[in-house]
Amino acid sequence: MLDGFWLDVKLFVIVEAAVLVVGLGLAILRSSRAPAVFPLRLITAVYVDVFRGIPTILLVYLVGFGIPALQLSGLPTDPVVLGGLALGLSYSAYVTEVFRSGIRSVHRGQRDAALAVGLTEGQTMRHVILPQAVRRVPQPLLNDFVALQKDVALVSILGPQEAFRIAQIVQGETFNYTPLIAAALLYLAVTVPLARLVDRMEGPEGVVR
Amino acid sequence: MSTAAGAVVLEVRGVTKAFGERRVLRGIDLTVREHEAVALIGASGSGKSTLLRCIDLLEEIDDGDVFLDGETITDPAVNPVGVRRRLGLVFQAYNLFPHLTALQNVVLGERRAHGASQAEAEERGRALLARFGLAGREDDRPDNLSGGQQQRVAIARAFAGRPRALLLDEVTSALDPELVGEVLEAVRDLKGEGMTMVIATHEMSFAREVADEVAFLHEGRIVEQGPPSRVLSAPKREETQRFLRRIQAN
Repeated sequence: MLDGFWLDVKLFVIVEAAVLVVGLGLAILRSSRAPAVFPLRLITAVYVDVFRGIPTILLVYLVGFGIPALQLSGLPTDPVVLGGLALGLSYSAYVTEVFRSGIRSVHRGQRDAALAVGLTEGQTMRHVILPQAVRRVPQPLLNDFVALQKDVALVSILGPQEAFRIAQIVQGETFNYTPLIAAALLYLAVTVPLARLVDRMEGPEGVVR
Repeated sequence: MSTAAGAVVLEVRGVTKAFGERRVLRGIDLTVREHEAVALIGASGSGKSTLLRCIDLLEEIDDGDVFLDGETITDPAVNPVGVRRRLGLVFQAYNLFPHLTALQNVVLGERRAHGASQAEAEERGRALLARFGLAGREDDRPDNLSGGQQQRVAIARAFAGRPRALLLDEVTSALDPELVGEVLEAVRDLKGEGMTMVIATHEMSFAREVADEVAFLHEGRIVEQGPPSRVLSAPKREETQRFLRRIQAN
């Protein structure tokens, strides 16, 4: 089961890293005021609405069984890759909104001051808005981290033998629920330290220094 | 007056600005010459801040023109970033960048907007902070500084870009009374150097001291303008008289 859990952890780390990058990028796009990016902003808004609105388990099914069914060459067929892709699509939508709320929480006077010293819109975002925005979002981000870490178990419906799947199999063979409890403890072993880490990073006002 | 001979730096002509139904500026005309300090006085909501924000292109005007050194900066074809690099604006609430130290606040524009090297910008930033009495506070974050110190950092930040004109928006209104003096001292210092300034203020004695011209704004219009000795001591318009009486009563 440890091997299975190792797969969970690897998948979680890779997907989470991708989700952070994609989410931040999309949040910047959604928060941009430049008229040139209006079409992109619209696409981002639709993306968030759609992928936040579909149950993650349904997305895993759709991507995991749907993409191979298209039988197109060049598309991945590995269930782990497809499962990770589905999770990434879903969680990027959530994380985009987390970053966007962080960006929106930065006082408007900060933008004014940055523009007044002669920065461009892009420089204002990069040097003034974003550094403040990302300090305000670790708690909501952690919520999504923990949810993702647990939802990695959904990949099991595509076949890969990750911890939950293995626990189920063992339980099915032995009628003993201990493996499921062991799997639950394995998940906790990752999510609880994660929560403490964020608590430690944050100062008393809930802002990361 | 000797200053009246200077070249025109800023010219505001027929500027109007409304926020929805609220017509904040109803046709402003104002000329600011080189080395001149013009004080904008008037009740809260009379349009002082909005006028300064319009000049710095933080708000888009509805009608009229603003000229900087003869160039129509409110023309939509003009890049506002280039214009803002030639002006400095100091805010009532300081608006320092809280994630940066005092020195980094002053250096950011120098580095990113004016292309100075890090060493160059830091050297100048330190000199500016020292000039405004902040030597030794370079590495402090804004939340470790008093209001008066924060506002002096903000003045150094606005001045660091070597602006053609400095716009000061009620820079002492958010301060405790005992901290007002140190900020006014910084403005006095800039005036002594010949900085061209537009100063929105509630400090009548300060306006009298540093301003070459006082313009009284009332309901989005400049209803009276002239040298401080006349406008503040012998106002002609009834609105001005009423405003000054109310200020003195406080």
